[in-house]
Amino acid sequence: MWFKEWFASGTAQMMWEGTLDTLFMTLLSTVFGYLLGLPMGIALAVTDRDGIRPNAAVYKVLDVIANIVRSIPFLILLILLMPLTRLLVGKSYGTAATVVPLTVAAAPFIGRMIESSLKEVDHGVVEAAQSMGVSTMNIIVRVLLVEARTSILVGVTIALGTILGYSAMAGIVGGGGLGDIAMRYGYYRYESDIMLAAVILLVVLVQIFQTIGMKMSAKLDRRKR
Amino acid sequence: MAGIIEVHGLSKTFVTKDADVEALQGIDLSIQAGDIYGIIGMSGAGKSTLVRCLNFLERPTAGTVEIEGRDLSGMSEKELRAKRAEIAMIFQHFNLLMQKNVIDNICFPLLYGGVGKKDGGTRGAMTKKEARKRAEELLEIVGMSEKAKAYPSQLSGGQKQRVAIARALAANPKILLCDEATSALDPQTTQSILQLLKQINREYGITIVIITHEMAVVREICSHVAIIGEGRLVEQGRVTDIFEHPRTKEAKELIVRGQSGESRTLEDRQMDLMKGKCCIRIVFSVNSSFEPVIANMVLRFGQPINILRADTKNVEGIARGEMILSLPDDVKLQEEMKAYLIDRGLAVEEVDGYVV
Repeated sequence: MWFKEWFASGTAQMMWEGTLDTLFMTLLSTVFGYLLGLPMGIALAVTDRDGIRPNAAVYKVLDVIANIVRSIPFLILLILLMPLTRLLVGKSYGTAATVVPLTVAAAPFIGRMIESSLKEVDHGVVEAAQSMGVSTMNIIVRVLLVEARTSILVGVTIALGTILGYSAMAGIVGGGGLGDIAMRYGYYRYESDIMLAAVILLVVLVQIFQTIGMKMSAKLDRRKR
Repeated sequence: MAGIIEVHGLSKTFVTKDADVEALQGIDLSIQAGDIYGIIGMSGAGKSTLVRCLNFLERPTAGTVEIEGRDLSGMSEKELRAKRAEIAMIFQHFNLLMQKNVIDNICFPLLYGGVGKKDGGTRGAMTKKEARKRAEELLEIVGMSEKAKAYPSQLSGGQKQRVAIARALAANPKILLCDEATSALDPQTTQSILQLLKQINREYGITIVIITHEMAVVREICSHVAIIGEGRLVEQGRVTDIFEHPRTKEAKELIVRGQSGESRTLEDRQMDLMKGKCCIRIVFSVNSSFEPVIANMVLRFGQPINILRADTKNVEGIARGEMILSLPDDVKLQEEMKAYLIDRGLAVEEVDGYVV
């Protein structure tokens, strides 16, 4: 049987390692992406014209940065960022190195999603908080982020899926993970069964993220009975 | 006597791309402590902007707002936040935190509002435990104790407004601003919320400012009223006086219609009937209802009178009869009839022509 062969030849071991690599890249990049993207999204939502602290200059700068980074194709970004990656990680290829361009690509995308989640919060609730004398910081932390939490969680789910997809692309430059395996075996060596298995594993991962994310967001939503 | 709220020459202009919109122009108001003060006007008259200027959610373009003799415009951001905690506000759409349950909603201003310690508040700190205790007391007051753990989405409109009122009272405010607080509620629920507001005013001496487009609300609980039309203050005074002797077009329209322009049904047809005729509105007070005035007048002048509308309304707890009569076309006769009615101690004014 083919799977016996896979175990014998170490293919299964490779697939398992690929899965772990992909998970590592995706999760780490998502965490770093949110570390950058969350403050960025908050700043975008707060400084917009109808935000709670309008500031045209700050908004414009962030807006332009977000648009520029998001319009660069990921593959190009990967290459453009190589010097930075080398500086931070020590080398420009491999799993850890892929985290750098993934984070940079994900941050503005996450920022935009946070911005839109926060803007969904009913302005009346913000106004009520202002009428109680709540500070801007507390409105952000205690009102906006709390009221928008289900929407933000849906965003996390989307971000995980997207970053996972990007991480597979990193395979082209030797980024490691399942995408890398699919690329090397499927594209360069015509071993389409390995490619298929890698793709199936990617699909399963996305499916798991999606299900967990949606369940959590539904569970945290108090708007329904 | 200087009121708890003193507004002088208040104007607000919204600068938009196309044009500057003057939402309010030269408003002067004096609201005494303990009043229930109504601010009524058609939608778009600027009353919501006016109420937001009272706690500086909107900064006025010109003029001053003084709360207890202190000018809000001179305050720092921090002072302003502390002041806002003393000026509570409730809204048409309740504006509760949807992701927090009832008790947490009420604790919110105590923990994070201008009085909360986490904000460097001025009126003493409150721990979570203390806030909870206070919130439970407040739930008792508004009659919602059994719903403490419920989420706003599980409550009816009236229940949500009760929670919002409890939340507004949490920080022991001196003033309660109500922005169309009953407009999203059915008549029965409106009644119960108005009664609750009345009770709060009586028991805690909180000054209440009510923004509404419904004359019924003003009649029901307000002691004083200001009528706003197109960004200007057109009339203000005691509700009883304005109800008996409305001087301006806006006041008459609001009183005769019973509400502002939105619902155009039965009243509209009455208005059509009144066009081109000489119509008068008379108001009976308690002592004028013994004599059959209309019947006697018809007998005396030998001319039929058309009664377009007759109603009894509760103004500040006193029943008042209200009638709209269409008089014969003879001008001399009209004057005599009016004189006759005034002689009998009725409040009379012409209501003709202001509907066009």
